[in-house]
Amino acid sequence: MGNPGRDLKRVRLKLPATPEDIAALEPGMIVFLDGIVYTAREGAYKRVLEDGEPLPEGLAELSNVNFHCSPAAAPDGEGGYRVGGVTATASFRFSKWMAEWLERTGTRIVIGKGGMTREDYANILVPRGAVYLTTVGYGTGALLGRGIVGVHAVHWLDELGIAQAMWMFRVENFGPFIVDSDLQGNSLFASHGDRVNQRLEALYEGLKPPALHRYGETDDRRKEVM
Amino acid sequence: MIGTDRIEKAAFDIMCKAAIDIPQDYLTGIKGMIDLEKGDLSAFVLQSMVENWEAATEDRRPMCADTGLPRYYVKVGDKAKLPDGFVALERALRSATARATTDVPLRPNRVHPLWRNDHNNNVGLNAPEVEWSFEPEVDWIDITTVHKGGLFGSDYRMLFPGDGIDGIKRFFLDTLIAFGKRGLACQPAIVGVGVGGSKDTCMQLGKQAACLRVVGDRNPDPKIAALEDELKELGNNIGMGPMGFVGSSMVVDCHIEAGFTHTGGMPVSVHTFCLSSRRATARIHADGSIEYRTDPRWFTPYMRRETIGWETPAETSSASA
Repeated sequence: MGNPGRDLKRVRLKLPATPEDIAALEPGMIVFLDGIVYTAREGAYKRVLEDGEPLPEGLAELSNVNFHCSPAAAPDGEGGYRVGGVTATASFRFSKWMAEWLERTGTRIVIGKGGMTREDYANILVPRGAVYLTTVGYGTGALLGRGIVGVHAVHWLDELGIAQAMWMFRVENFGPFIVDSDLQGNSLFASHGDRVNQRLEALYEGLKPPALHRYGETDDRRKEVM
Repeated sequence: MIGTDRIEKAAFDIMCKAAIDIPQDYLTGIKGMIDLEKGDLSAFVLQSMVENWEAATEDRRPMCADTGLPRYYVKVGDKAKLPDGFVALERALRSATARATTDVPLRPNRVHPLWRNDHNNNVGLNAPEVEWSFEPEVDWIDITTVHKGGLFGSDYRMLFPGDGIDGIKRFFLDTLIAFGKRGLACQPAIVGVGVGGSKDTCMQLGKQAACLRVVGDRNPDPKIAALEDELKELGNNIGMGPMGFVGSSMVVDCHIEAGFTHTGGMPVSVHTFCLSSRRATARIHADGSIEYRTDPRWFTPYMRRETIGWETPAETSSASA
């Protein structure tokens, strides 16, 4: 085989991304980013949305991209940080905070692992003009690490630790990412899941079910466990 | 005589190698899968992973920033001499873990399960795990580290003898499909299956099968080896590739380990290693010299013994024949 993925569309976005740029993203496109990307996950969400801590000043002007990630980073001994690699963490766990977070921060691009459900896209991201990009493979930590050219700032490092702190990374040609959801709420993961599901019945044909079932078990493999 | 300083050095070095360098057997397996993959997105993902591993090795940075839960498997030769004792060995493994966390760097993933406090060094209550085994007639110590993520891709189920191979196949498919969607299992992976033992042994055997055997290795029992081939094919026939995209790349290889179990039961566990398959082994010889490799060689004939005694492999095979 020649060059895998050569027919996929590619785009490079300057951050903060404009509404026009975001509207042009289609599920399955390959995206690279330039500008500032911030990390936030349960630690930061709880701090701001549940404990009432104010957001870092000027966040919306700096970045509208929330990366669900924790870096492998360590202090460099000169007051800065050495970032080895970054890899996304699974996003579906964060949906209960996302609506308020998007509203409070003006975030328009969410990056993570595995996407969110169709319902979350329809109810949370689409009404707030936001799309979802997924990291590739899980994870291309070294490639993404190369794309981070510096740490613009880090918030709540002492309180939340390296993994949960809010890192603001300066990035260049940061990627690859794949567009999962667009502004209409279409989802690449969901559409591929549908295609995979079509084969499942045939796959289990002739295999008898086990003697002992599990409490609460579903036998419907079209369903997701998340 | 194997001093503690050699153990600490070996343990630190394998921490770095595991985090950064993709094992050759796994890389060869993935390259073979790219050639067969017809899904365009699936093929793109695999090609990106190959580029990622090249970047990791060139830059000496971790392949994946989720550097998993670093842990150890130690195989001690029956004739090995440790003047400082085993407590010193365990202390050296913990010290190497903390040092690697800062120096590689590894992500400080280990937190208390309830209070969520982080020592920022991957050391804590019951962490890192150290599993022990022994090897007759030799004077070296093998230390293997595995950095495996821990959230998705593993499951356990008590099946019964009447469920048979069908039951194992169904459970294998169930686990791969449940965690393969959206790629939560970080496939294509080496998949380990534990069959038998007690619940905990079953989990342990399956995990060791996934993490401590290399692509292409087969169980010495020819019928189990055939089942390994069959399950591998079954997994790759689901129609799912990396990230849950349409494709055929799910199982790089399948390894099964078995243990004698309760007469009424057939416990089964399934474990997926990940797209980084982070493992590295150091052999510390009696003179203190260290050799590094990526094949843990954990399941020796002695590990898989079935008889009461262990005199020679020939004697064992004639006793079980």
